[in-house]
Amino acid sequence: MTITIALSKGRIFEETLPLLAAAGVVPGEDPETSRKLILPTNRADVRLIIVRASDVPTYVQYGAADMGVAGKDVLDEHGGIGLYQPLDLNIARCRMMVAVRNDFDYASAVRQGARLRVATKYVQTAREHFAAKGVHVDLIKLYGSMELAPLVGLSDAIVDLVSSGNTLKANNLKAVEEIAQISSRLVVNQASLKLKREEIQPLLDAFSRAVAK
Amino acid sequence: MPNSNWLLPEYIQDMLPDEAWRIERMRAVVLDLLRRSGYQLVVPPLLEYVESLLIGGSHDMDLRTFKLVDQLSGRTLALRADITPQVARIDAHLLNRPGITRLCYAGSVLHTQPSGLMRTREPLQIGAELYGHGGLESDMEVQCLMLQSLASLGISGVHLDLGHVALFRALAKRGGIGSALEAELFETLQSKDIYALGALVNGLRPEVKNALLELPRLYGGTEVIARARAVLPDYPEVAAALDDLERAAAHLQPLARSIGIDLAELRGYHYHSGMVFAAYHPGSHDAIALGGRYDDVGRSFGRARPATGFSMDLRQLHGLLEPQAQPKGVLAPHRDDPALQEKIARLRAEGDIVAVDLLGDPSLRGELGCDRELVLRDGAWVVAELKS
Repeated sequence: MTITIALSKGRIFEETLPLLAAAGVVPGEDPETSRKLILPTNRADVRLIIVRASDVPTYVQYGAADMGVAGKDVLDEHGGIGLYQPLDLNIARCRMMVAVRNDFDYASAVRQGARLRVATKYVQTAREHFAAKGVHVDLIKLYGSMELAPLVGLSDAIVDLVSSGNTLKANNLKAVEEIAQISSRLVVNQASLKLKREEIQPLLDAFSRAVAK
Repeated sequence: MPNSNWLLPEYIQDMLPDEAWRIERMRAVVLDLLRRSGYQLVVPPLLEYVESLLIGGSHDMDLRTFKLVDQLSGRTLALRADITPQVARIDAHLLNRPGITRLCYAGSVLHTQPSGLMRTREPLQIGAELYGHGGLESDMEVQCLMLQSLASLGISGVHLDLGHVALFRALAKRGGIGSALEAELFETLQSKDIYALGALVNGLRPEVKNALLELPRLYGGTEVIARARAVLPDYPEVAAALDDLERAAAHLQPLARSIGIDLAELRGYHYHSGMVFAAYHPGSHDAIALGGRYDDVGRSFGRARPATGFSMDLRQLHGLLEPQAQPKGVLAPHRDDPALQEKIARLRAEGDIVAVDLLGDPSLRGELGCDRELVLRDGAWVVAELKS
């Protein structure tokens, strides 16, 4: 039975390559140069599909892919319902943070219980985080360049992924709160793990050994 | 504005003739199997007071249930999202038998949210429940029935997955785990998220903590049972659950393509109490039939009774079957001839389909689904091949 693995281009793809290699899987083409969305590998029974990072959980949940690699940020936003998340791959590490303008007094804005306007791509994560803090928020869904929102008065704060913090610094923003440590997870379709366990388990074990190193 | 009154809500579909007839036959086949196995048919109402349907306090079920206000009583009514609680109510309160009660049902349920992209919000649930027996024999009886029901519909190559909720309940009890933590543990176990689990079990007794951390890894074939015996603590409840799983797996082996054990599988944990099971098929991205033991549900209706059962959605199962052409019929001309009427009646009595061509327009005959016609030959009505 063929195993289909969903990956997104860029950092996740590059950092997954060594794990795939540890399982004896080498992609036949490079997604950065190839325009194909289905990539064969050196193994006839394993193929890769290239999808948007935020679509990985959906492809795996509905069995269009048997397994995939998705950031914890994406999984939390999706809800992870119907997926197994058996392995933290420890790749593409970063942090989900709340950030505000350098001159914004976040601590008192939150303490006074005022409503906070928050711009983010991660609406679900932001909603849960501020609800747990007991802070009312108005959420503004953006698809990119979140850093701009506080600068032009669109929002008081943003919720976004931070890896080096350089983008924040360049835009006179500061990170004020960590919401979660993010890394990429291996996700597996529940029915696939039951029906194709003999094919999937060796891959899981190989990934697991490679991560432990 | 163009007329859009024909549009249906999302995830709500009509059943068109091919599907409708086939599902009707599927329902008859399964119900007949259940009848011959000694199960009595019940037809509970489409709606009830919300408290009767939302037993076990499942937040999930609460969200999935449509609710409305009863104009007669002012109370909240709910459209059933699951028939099992209704059947448990019938057993606990109406039939009130001390011995074993076997009940079956088939009917539509409604969900506010579809349980998947490819699922309808109006599944056609069919199932069987067995009350009054707490032993492994009744578990195996309903598990067999579920597999036989699938086979009777022509669905073969099924993988059966077995789990046991008593195992987790025993660990939670021994570990003195509160209900809030228990709910969180349940969520993380379901996704086999070992990292989140690690954070939750910190501070528990080492014995219980280590056992909980092992659960997400304890899945696979029947060899898992031996592995579980080696790594799980030696509690009598745990040993009994593993013995049950071993016997059930051996018993069901001939009926399934493969048998899997998954000790972190707590499907429907809110009301399940013992062995749980689900059937998987390569044609579906989620389970095609499932069930389990739920001994405490009757308590909500005044009488706790041992109970186990299974259910499945006929509309989902229909999607797994190869398309099948409907049988063709016989076209009869519209004529006021007693001999013709008699011939039509005889054909129908013999089980043939006879459609009368009221329009008599040769160009529209194809729409009536016939491959033969009645023609008058030498003064007698005979069936001949339909010339198109």
